[in-house]
Amino acid sequence: MRLVPTPEQRELRDAVCSFLAAASPMPAVRRAMESEPGHDPEVYRRLAGELGLTGLTVPEERGGTGAGHAELAVVLEETGAALLPGPFLATTLAAILLTETGEKEILAGVAAGTTTATVVLDGNRALNGAEADVVLTIDGDRVLARTDGERRALRTLDPTRRQALVEPGGEVAAVSAAGIARARDLFAVAVAAEQLGVLRASLEAIVAYSRIRVAFNRVIGSYQAVKHRLADMHCTLEQAESIVRYAAWAADEAPAELPGAAALAQAYLGRACFEVASGSLLLHGGIGFTWEHDAHLYYKRAKADEVLLGPPRVHRARLADLLEL
Amino acid sequence: MDLEEYRRRARTWLEANAQDGPDGRAGGASDPGGVAAAKEFMAKLYDAGYSGITWPAEWGGQGLTQAEERAFAAEAAAFTLPTYVFSIGLGMCGPTLVDLGTDAQRRRHLRPLLRGEEIWCQLFSEPAAGSDVAALQTRAAATDGGWVVDGQKVWTSVAQHADWGLLLARTDPDVPKHKGLTMFIVDMHAPGVTVRPLRDMTGRAHFNEIFFDGVHIPAENVVGRVGDGWNCAVTTLLHERLSIAGGVGMGGQKDNPVAFEALRRTADTADPVVRDRLVELHIRSRALALFNQRLAQETKAGIFPGARGSAAKLLLAELTMFQADLATSLAGPEAVAWIEDGPGDASPGGTGNGEGPGVGTGDGAGGDGGTAGGDGGLAHAVSLAPAMALGGGTNEIMRNIVSERVLNLPPEPRTDKNVPFKELRTSGEAPR
Ligand SMILES: Cc1cc2nc3c(=O)[nH]c(=O)nc-3n(C[C@H](O)[C@H](O)[C@H](O)COP(=O)(O)OP(=O)(O)OC[C@H]3O[C@@H](n4cnc5c(N)ncnc54)[C@H](O)[C@@H]3O)c2cc1C
Repeated sequence: MRLVPTPEQRELRDAVCSFLAAASPMPAVRRAMESEPGHDPEVYRRLAGELGLTGLTVPEERGGTGAGHAELAVVLEETGAALLPGPFLATTLAAILLTETGEKEILAGVAAGTTTATVVLDGNRALNGAEADVVLTIDGDRVLARTDGERRALRTLDPTRRQALVEPGGEVAAVSAAGIARARDLFAVAVAAEQLGVLRASLEAIVAYSRIRVAFNRVIGSYQAVKHRLADMHCTLEQAESIVRYAAWAADEAPAELPGAAALAQAYLGRACFEVASGSLLLHGGIGFTWEHDAHLYYKRAKADEVLLGPPRVHRARLADLLEL
Repeated sequence: MDLEEYRRRARTWLEANAQDGPDGRAGGASDPGGVAAAKEFMAKLYDAGYSGITWPAEWGGQGLTQAEERAFAAEAAAFTLPTYVFSIGLGMCGPTLVDLGTDAQRRRHLRPLLRGEEIWCQLFSEPAAGSDVAALQTRAAATDGGWVVDGQKVWTSVAQHADWGLLLARTDPDVPKHKGLTMFIVDMHAPGVTVRPLRDMTGRAHFNEIFFDGVHIPAENVVGRVGDGWNCAVTTLLHERLSIAGGVGMGGQKDNPVAFEALRRTADTADPVVRDRLVELHIRSRALALFNQRLAQETKAGIFPGARGSAAKLLLAELTMFQADLATSLAGPEAVAWIEDGPGDASPGGTGNGEGPGVGTGDGAGGDGGTAGGDGGLAHAVSLAPAMALGGGTNEIMRNIVSERVLNLPPEPRTDKNVPFKELRTSGEAPR
């Protein structure tokens, strides 16, 4: 089992991190979220093209990089920490689904970064459903794909990522019950990696603030009521990171462990991420409640992510089943 | 050897050699036979190369990393090892001597410690100095060729069996409190040392109070430099938290009636609330186990965990309380009242046969009601659980350490740092 990133994975993380710091810092995120498309298409184009990240886990013979889910997790941690707007996660989930079910044609465009895609997650709701080129629907053991159909943008709690009602269905793109089951677990791991990034960034923000904000002639980070909460959040971060690394390792190396690891990842990370994001917001004081401060964006992303793949009880029930309780 | 191979070999050895019985906490003060058996086991463990895994080969260790040590601990968790009486020596005193001892001290002490021939205790806490260890009052005064010690220590685990103690004493009351301390090796059989077992909340006596009455310590038994005892103590405490979190010398989870595997057999999992509580226990146990494994892998890769060991210790303390609380509340009335009947009984105040919770948890057939509660095992577990959150530093102290040394937040303002020790306030005194 490997729980520590390899030097190559650390390099990848640094590359994504510095790209996002330059191309999509928080002021740019705010501009993007208020813009018409809801994200900066140029940032997405470079992320997909220059960095090749939409094809990261797509096998080389199908036009991708052929990297593992441990690499993908490192990337999603950074896009999560940066609250990157736009269809990167949606397209990544689509790439996972198409890869696992053996689809080739749509996947080629996704891997090349020229096609954006999304997956209908429940009912007829999809991340970035209004702007995605292709909408994928899971129907039993089949994956259906369509480029047409009605799309209706939804209002969202999280202003940094859009959702839409879409028309499910379309042509059969692939058939594979096993591939679909595995893809669902991989969705759980991918979202958990994003949550880890959101969690980490929320904690870093409040740790930094508590070193400079003064009350009663002392920085607030010197008060135990504050320090002890931050220490607990740090403990949460340590466990969250350990679980994400484990789940990503299981995705790459230990398929039999994946279902349990994926359910564990969602059951732990969803709560952990929201608790840390909300703790971070509250410890900021009044400024944390303002639109102008970023704390609410992390808080809202954390909540949106927590329920993205179904409410926490779904993952806990899945764990109970897998543990044969 | 890679870690997986190391684990496989360890498992094979444990299967062949580890006892399936109560561990060395066994009879505590009342059962010297348990300690003799534990010493025998320890010699075998040492000869097989599983004692002192991370210690330098030069001093009798194996020269491996914490990764191997944690790997061994992970395998040992499936067994019940009688290593409790050695845990203070292995986890704290020994590593301190490895780091800070003189060659003569290392040569004299480390091998017998690793082989279980000599038992060690840690003499830091006093009635008025626990979290604030540097407030201790035990005096060591210089005399010809050494030191004379007077004072009292308390909560000293395994001292009733100990041959040696790692003592922190005040050698200079005229300087600020952190500056006037010195660490010593003290012979627990020396004239003037009195060990009085203290009954703990489980009803047994695993810790003690110690009185020093004009005890002579030779000069060569100073550890580190005179006046540098605080820095030495910090080294010991760092080892303490890492070893507790890593489970060094703590025996195993086998037959633990509050562990997930036992609860799934005894609890009513048809009830969705019970199921969800068990899922929570699974999540927390896995989360901490994975964190510990990650720390081990980082250490192997050259990243020293340092104060992050305190995060693991805090999480373990919380999990221990959560687990015992959950198990007893799931079991219901028979967790707290049971028929006292023979060897499985672990009732507080009884003769108690061990840390091991006894029989009846293996297949759910033990207790009257078919639950693990029926033999006192759960009552014992819930009585023992607070130990983890107090020994080795309280949860509040762990949070201070994580916030100050991991997150680099400033300490609270201190009024005790630059004042001569003799001018400071102590517990029980009226405010100045
Ligand atoms: C099972 C067991 C085994 C032990 N074994 C040993 C041993 O072998 N050798 C040894 O030397 N000691 C041993 N101890 C002692 C142990 O280290 C101390 O009990 C512990 O450090 C707490 O000190 P105290 O009891 O004086 O509590 P206090 O320090 O009086 O603490 C009382 C309360 O105040 C809180 N508190 C204190 N200071 C602060 C602060 N700065 N910020 C916030 N809260 C604070 C504490 O968290 C606690 O809640 C053992 C204890 C137990 C329970």
